[in-house]
Amino acid sequence: MKAWLPSLLRLALVMLLVAFVTNPGWFEPLLKPLTENNAPVIYNQGSLLTLTLLHLRTVLIATVAATIVAVALAILVTRPAGAEFLPLSRSLVNIGQTFPPVAVLALAVPAVGFGEKPTLIALFLYGLLPIFENALTGLTTLPANVVEAARGAGMTGWQRLTKVELPLSAPIILGGIRLSVVISLATATIGSTVAAKTLGEVIIAGLLSNNLAFILQGGLIVAALAVLIYDGLSAIERYTARRMGRGAE
Amino acid sequence: MIEIEGITKRYDATTVVDDVSMVIEPRTIAVIVGTSGSGKTTLLRMINRLVEPTSGIIKLDGADNRSLPGYELRRSIGYAIQGHGLFPHRTVAQNIATVPVLLGWDKDRIKARVDELMTLYQLDPEAFGPRYPHELSGGQQQRVGVARALAAEPNVLLMDEPFGALDPIIRAKAQEDLLAIQKRFGTTIILVTHDMEEAVHMGDKIAVMDAGKLVQYAKPAEILAKPASAFVETLVGASERPFRLLSLGRVRDAMEKGSAEGEAIPGDASQRDALAELLWSGRPALPVTGADGKPIGRVTVDGLVKRAARPA
Ligand SMILES: Nc1ncnc2c1ncn2[C@@H]1O[C@H](COP(=O)(O)OP(=O)(O)OP(=O)(O)O)[C@@H](O)[C@H]1O
Ligand SMILES: [Mg+2]
Repeated sequence: MKAWLPSLLRLALVMLLVAFVTNPGWFEPLLKPLTENNAPVIYNQGSLLTLTLLHLRTVLIATVAATIVAVALAILVTRPAGAEFLPLSRSLVNIGQTFPPVAVLALAVPAVGFGEKPTLIALFLYGLLPIFENALTGLTTLPANVVEAARGAGMTGWQRLTKVELPLSAPIILGGIRLSVVISLATATIGSTVAAKTLGEVIIAGLLSNNLAFILQGGLIVAALAVLIYDGLSAIERYTARRMGRGAE
Repeated sequence: MIEIEGITKRYDATTVVDDVSMVIEPRTIAVIVGTSGSGKTTLLRMINRLVEPTSGIIKLDGADNRSLPGYELRRSIGYAIQGHGLFPHRTVAQNIATVPVLLGWDKDRIKARVDELMTLYQLDPEAFGPRYPHELSGGQQQRVGVARALAAEPNVLLMDEPFGALDPIIRAKAQEDLLAIQKRFGTTIILVTHDMEEAVHMGDKIAVMDAGKLVQYAKPAEILAKPASAFVETLVGASERPFRLLSLGRVRDAMEKGSAEGEAIPGDASQRDALAELLWSGRPALPVTGADGKPIGRVTVDGLVKRAARPA
């Protein structure tokens, strides 16, 4: 009887989020007590809906690029020919992570200018590691005799990769993508310091004008997006794990 | 015909297969037995080049097995891997269809073949075809593994302990089916097993391996009668020897003139079964019936006991 409760909560959160970004005016009375001196309650320098969509677009582009590069890299270094690059690629990707995002932004701006680009670069670099690590784990922990059976049946290297190795690692790779997306959703807010159009703009405006209501609405939308996307990707991950026979054991 | 000539495999300093030479005649079954770690799997996998030998040559029907790209060679050789190795993300039907799909058979032919094999292995295609491997019992998984190896009607079949997880009844059935398939298609089979009973029953010849070396390669009767070393003798099981020897012969060949009372035994039953029936029923002789069910002679305890003795 409790099984529908999480779904109900999710549905409620989705509806709340959609209502908030499309009709923020409805929520004005709730946030009103957080403002002083008759300051605006709802962010008024742009539509919340547009900012949310732009935020999501930035995260999506960065994640897709990070996924392609990280998975390709993991495939490369798990082939016999690329095995010697495994340590190198690991440290490269690790370096990408140890750089603070603000530093990446600061370095990228002189190179590519203000706007979405430096943000995309930072998110891309940050997204690489979890996906790469997970893809590596997935591709190196495949059941040995299943892979050998694929060889024994006469599959070529490419056929083994596409028909056996990638499908069987898919749940683990998806786990990496999920982590990466959640990190990116949060990190994308910093992009607004270099004039990227993300929900960070709302938070920064709140900080500059000392408007708690702005900070809160910006933060809550990002948090709700993160929770919902994390949840959705977890569900997809569980489904594929079941389909790949990994979840059942 | 499979000719293995001076095959050696070394991993670093350890020699896993040590200068093995043997010839497997076309349309026969060679069974490889030996203790765990003696190099049976490694030898088998050098035939389809899943493992590349350190030195030596393997020829299939006269052609060096390195004259084709590895993947093409392997499509032409059936391989039932130790511990089934089914693809967990593919249904039973898709698993069985693996090699035919790689070979580009058309859909109808693949479906017909998959259904045929599933029926042969007593897995209802309707019920089991769409299932995933983890939804099967261990024995069912193993049968699917064997069916997958057979799917593309290969001339050469490599089987690594294919019947290990089967109960005695299904195992006996699977062995008979394999023998029938082998007869019908003239397949050349190399089968690895730990079960001496299975080796004697299935093998035209038995290869005994010990620590990477081939210590004896001979007909089952000879392995039983003249073990080449104490190791082979232990492996064969000294106390079981006379019965194994009898299990190789048919009742028809031990038949004497005359008649006997009581329930009869068919002429193509094994002599071992006849002796068991004699001892169990406490009779000195059994009537033997021909293919038409009519009595054609008798077998006696004395006659069988003589046959179970060490051959001169
Ligand atoms: N890739 C490898 N690298 C190093 N040693 C190996 C490798 N593969 C097998 N060996 C070793 O070679 C020996 C023979 O292995 P193999 O699998 O051929 O034995 P087996 O006779 O099939 O044993 P079992 O009956 O247990 O299946 C073992 O000692 C094993 O540890
Ligand atoms: Mg083995």
